[in-house]
Amino acid sequence: MSEHVRAPGRRAKDALLGYALVAPSLVLFGVFVFYPFGKNFWLALHRTPPFPGLPKKYVGLDQVGDVLSSPEFQKSLKVTVLFVLYTVPTGIVLGLLLAVLAHRQLKGMTVYRTIFSSTVATSVAAASVIFFTLLNPQVGLFTYWLGRSGDLGVLEDPTTALIAVSITTIWQTLGLSFILMSAGLQGVPDDLEEAAAVDGASAPRRFWHVTLPMLSPTLFFAAVVGSITAFQAFGQIDLLTEGGPNNETNVLVYSVYKDVFRYGNDGVAAVKAIALFFIVLILTVVQLRFAERRVSYAR
Amino acid sequence: MSSITLTGVGKTFDQTVAVVDLDLAVEDRELLVLLGPSGCGKSTVLRMIAGLEQPTAGEIRIGDRVVNDVEPKDRDLAMVFQSYALYPHMTVRANIEFPLRARKVPKEQRVAQVHEAADMLGLTELLDRKPAQLSGGQRQRVALARAVVRRPLAFLMDEPLSNLDAKLRAATRVELVDLQRRLQATVVYVTHDQVEAMTMGHRIAILDRGLLQQVGSPQDVYDRPANLFVARFIGTPPMNTVRGDVERGDGGLGLRVDAVLLPIPAATASAVEASGLTELVVGVRPEHLEVAPDGAGVLPATVELVEHLGHEQHVVCRLPDGQLVTVRQGSHLPAPAARSSVRLVAPTEHLHWFDGATGARVGS
Amino acid sequence: MRAERPAGVAERRRRRLRLAGRYLLMTGLALVVLFPIYITVVNSLLRPDQIAARPPSLFPTDPQWSSYRIAWTDGHMGRYLLNSAIVTTAIMVGQVVLAILAAYAFAFLEFPGRGVLFVVFLATMMVPFEVVFFTNYHTIADLGLLDTYGGLILPFLATGFGAFLLRQAFLTVPRDLRDAAALDGYGHFRFLWHVAVPLARPTVAALGVFAFLSAWGQYLWPLVATNDEHARTVQVGLRQLRDTSLDNINVTFAGVVLASIPLVLLLLVFQRQLVRGLTAGAVKG
Repeated sequence: MSEHVRAPGRRAKDALLGYALVAPSLVLFGVFVFYPFGKNFWLALHRTPPFPGLPKKYVGLDQVGDVLSSPEFQKSLKVTVLFVLYTVPTGIVLGLLLAVLAHRQLKGMTVYRTIFSSTVATSVAAASVIFFTLLNPQVGLFTYWLGRSGDLGVLEDPTTALIAVSITTIWQTLGLSFILMSAGLQGVPDDLEEAAAVDGASAPRRFWHVTLPMLSPTLFFAAVVGSITAFQAFGQIDLLTEGGPNNETNVLVYSVYKDVFRYGNDGVAAVKAIALFFIVLILTVVQLRFAERRVSYAR
Repeated sequence: MSSITLTGVGKTFDQTVAVVDLDLAVEDRELLVLLGPSGCGKSTVLRMIAGLEQPTAGEIRIGDRVVNDVEPKDRDLAMVFQSYALYPHMTVRANIEFPLRARKVPKEQRVAQVHEAADMLGLTELLDRKPAQLSGGQRQRVALARAVVRRPLAFLMDEPLSNLDAKLRAATRVELVDLQRRLQATVVYVTHDQVEAMTMGHRIAILDRGLLQQVGSPQDVYDRPANLFVARFIGTPPMNTVRGDVERGDGGLGLRVDAVLLPIPAATASAVEASGLTELVVGVRPEHLEVAPDGAGVLPATVELVEHLGHEQHVVCRLPDGQLVTVRQGSHLPAPAARSSVRLVAPTEHLHWFDGATGARVGS
Repeated sequence: MRAERPAGVAERRRRRLRLAGRYLLMTGLALVVLFPIYITVVNSLLRPDQIAARPPSLFPTDPQWSSYRIAWTDGHMGRYLLNSAIVTTAIMVGQVVLAILAAYAFAFLEFPGRGVLFVVFLATMMVPFEVVFFTNYHTIADLGLLDTYGGLILPFLATGFGAFLLRQAFLTVPRDLRDAAALDGYGHFRFLWHVAVPLARPTVAALGVFAFLSAWGQYLWPLVATNDEHARTVQVGLRQLRDTSLDNINVTFAGVVLASIPLVLLLLVFQRQLVRGLTAGAVKG
C-alpha cells in the first residue's frame, strides 16, 4: 500500500504538492491555535501589570496558585459544573423522549418531527434575546405567568438566574438533541425490538432492556459532547445575566472574558483558560477511549 | 501494438521481496498469461509494467523505449482492473470517454471512438446508465471498452474475470480471446486460474514467490513442466508425484519406491548419473496412470475411494508407504471397489523425473 | 388465536386509547417547543403597549409591520444580515476548500512527516476556541483587522475537523480508481476535481452545512472583534438591537425573526445534509 508512486522525480513532486496542500491550514493553525495556546502558558507564569505599558513580571506558579485558590474562580467552576449538570442530562432525556414519541411511523409524524427539530434554526443569541424579553421584570410574559410581576426579575434573583439560563439553553439545543437521538434510534435494528416483542416483553421493558442499551453509544456521545459544549457556554450568559447576580451565573468562559475585556488581566484569564482546556481534554479523552471500545464491540 | 521486454527486473517492498531478477519478453500481438498462486508477484509485475510501481532493479522496455522513468500516463498502456475501477458517479458513456478527455481528443472524434468501442462490446444500449445499474458482466465489458477506446500500445489485465460467476467467466473468456484477435493486441494477462491460462494464453509465464518458473506454450508447459512446482500447479487433478532413492539394478538405474524398483529410462539415467543424484521424484499425470486389468501392474496400492464425475472417474489409491495417487479413467471402465488391492501401471514415456532436492526437471 | 377473539376487541380499544394518548402528549410537547417561536412572531406584530398589557394578547389582532422596517433600517438589521452572510459564506467556502486540499494530501499523497502533520491537524480539535480567543483578539488587533470581515473570517478558515472528516471519505475511494486515472492521464488536481470530490460529495455537503451553521451562530468572537455596525454580525447585532430598543420590544422581536429567516430557509433546503452534518459535526462539539 505504501509504494504508490513512480519515478523519483514524480515522488519528489508529489511530496512537494503534499506540503503545499497542507501549508495554508498549517499557517492558520500556527497563528490562531498553537501560538495563542502556547502564549496561555507564558501568560499564566507572568503577572499582568495594573497599568498597560508596564512590563509583565515572571512570577512562576504564584499566579496559578492564586487563581486556582481564589473564591471567584472556585465559584465560577462550581457554577459551570452546575450549568452542565442542569442542561446536559435534561437535554438528553427530553430529546430522547421526543425522539421515541416521533419514532413510530404514524400519521402526521413529519409535522411533529419538523416542530421538534425546529430550534436548530435558532441561535444562542436569538434564543437568549427571546427569553430575556419574556423574562423582563416589567413586561415579560413569563414573568407575568410566574406571578412575579413587580418582583425581583427571575434573571436578577440569585436563586433562579442559573436555572433560567439553563432552561433557555435546553430549549435552544433541544432540536439538536432530538435529531441526534432520532438518528441513534434509527440505528437500532427493528428485528431486535421485534424479537423481544415476540418473546413477550412489554413495551416499557423492551425500551429499557433492548432499545436503551443499544442506544448507549449515542447517549454517551451526546453526554460528552454536550458537556464540552456546555463548558464553553458564553453567549447566553452575556445576553441574559452578564454573569450576575452576585456571580451566580459567572461561568468559566464569561469570567475569562471579563478578566480580559473588563479588567485587562490576561494573566488571570490564561490560567482559567488552561483549566478549561484540561477539562475539555479529559472529556475528549474519555470520549475517544469509549469510541475505541465501541469499535471492538462492532458487529 | 508493441512488444514489452523485462530485463533483470526486481522489486523489493521495504523488507519483503516481491519479484526477483525477471527476464520476460512479451511479443507484439501476443497474449501472454502471468500465472501463479496469490502472492507470487504476478500483479506486481503487471503494475511495474503499467508504471504504478517502480522496479528496484532491472529495465522495462515498451517497444524499443526504456520506460522505467516514464510516468504511467505516458506509457500508452491500458489496464483492466479486477475491480473494474469504474467511476461510480459517471455514466457508462462518461466512463469510456474519460481517458480520451484526459488526452484532449477533439469532441467529434471522442464521440466516434466511444461509439466504436461501445459497439464492439455490445454496450450501445447501456451508454446512459451508471455502473451501479449494470450487472457484473456488463461492468466488466465497460472496463474493457474503456481500455479499448484509447487504442493503446498494449493491454494489461489484472484478473479481469475473477469477479464473474463460473458460467459468465467461461463465456467471457471466449469473447476476450476473440477481441484480442480482432484488435491484434498485445495483452499481458494476470490470473491465478490455470484454466484461463491454458485456454487463453499464447504463452504462459508461471511465477512462484517472485521467481519465474517457466515460460512456454500451454501444451509445452503441460507436457514438459520445468520443475515440480509447475508440474503440480498445472493440471486437474494435479500430477501424481512419488519420491524415491536411486538404486543400481540389473539393467541399469532404478528408483526404489517401497518394494518396487522402477526402471529409469536410459536418457534420464545418464543425466542422473552425470549429476550424481541420489533422490528423485517421479511424476505421472492421473490420465496416464492405469489400474492394470489383470493385476499385472507394477505398483501395488489400495483403493481409498472412487469419485464419479459422469464423463470420467477418479480412483484415489494409497501406496504402501502412505502416499496418495489418483488415477483418472473413463467412466466406461469398471470402477474398482473401495479397500480392494490393485496394481497400477504407467507407460514409461509419460513419466516425469525431477531432482529430489531442487525439484528441477531431469532429462528431457 | 381463535379463542382470544373477545380479548382482541378489548385489546384493540386499549391500543386506540394509547394511540390517542400518544398524540395528545406529542401535541402538548410540540406546543411547548413552539411557544417561544410563536410568541416571538406575535410580539413582533404587536404595539409595545399591547405587549405590556395585562392580560397579555396572544394573537396579533391588528398586526403592526412597522417594527420590521424599524429593525431593518434604524436597527441596522439589514446591514448585520449582510455582514453575517458575507462572513459566514467566506468561512464556509474557505473551510471546505482548505479541508479538501489538506485531506487530499493526507489521503492520496506521500511525504515525509505526513503522519505527524496529520496528528497536528487532529490536535487542533483539542483546543477550544474559548481557550485562545483573547490572544487571537490581540493578534487581530495588531494586524489592524478589528471591525473588518478579514478579522471575523481568518481565525476560522482552517479546520482540522473538516480535514479529518474528508480524509476519511477520501480513503474510501478505491485505490484502483486512482491507478486507473493515473494511467488515463489524470494528474492530482484533475483526479481531485473529477473523481475524489464527486465521490465524497455527501461529506463535502455535510461539512459545508455544518460550517455554515456554526459560523452563522457565532457570538463570542464577533462580540470582541467588532465595535460598530460596519462589520458586526447579526448575532451580536441582536444584542445591540435589544439594548437600543428597550422601549420598543416589538422591534427586538422583529429583529429576532429577521435574524432567523436565513437559517430557516437553509434548513428547509438542506435538511438531509444538516442531519448528516450535525451528527458528524457533533463529534467536534
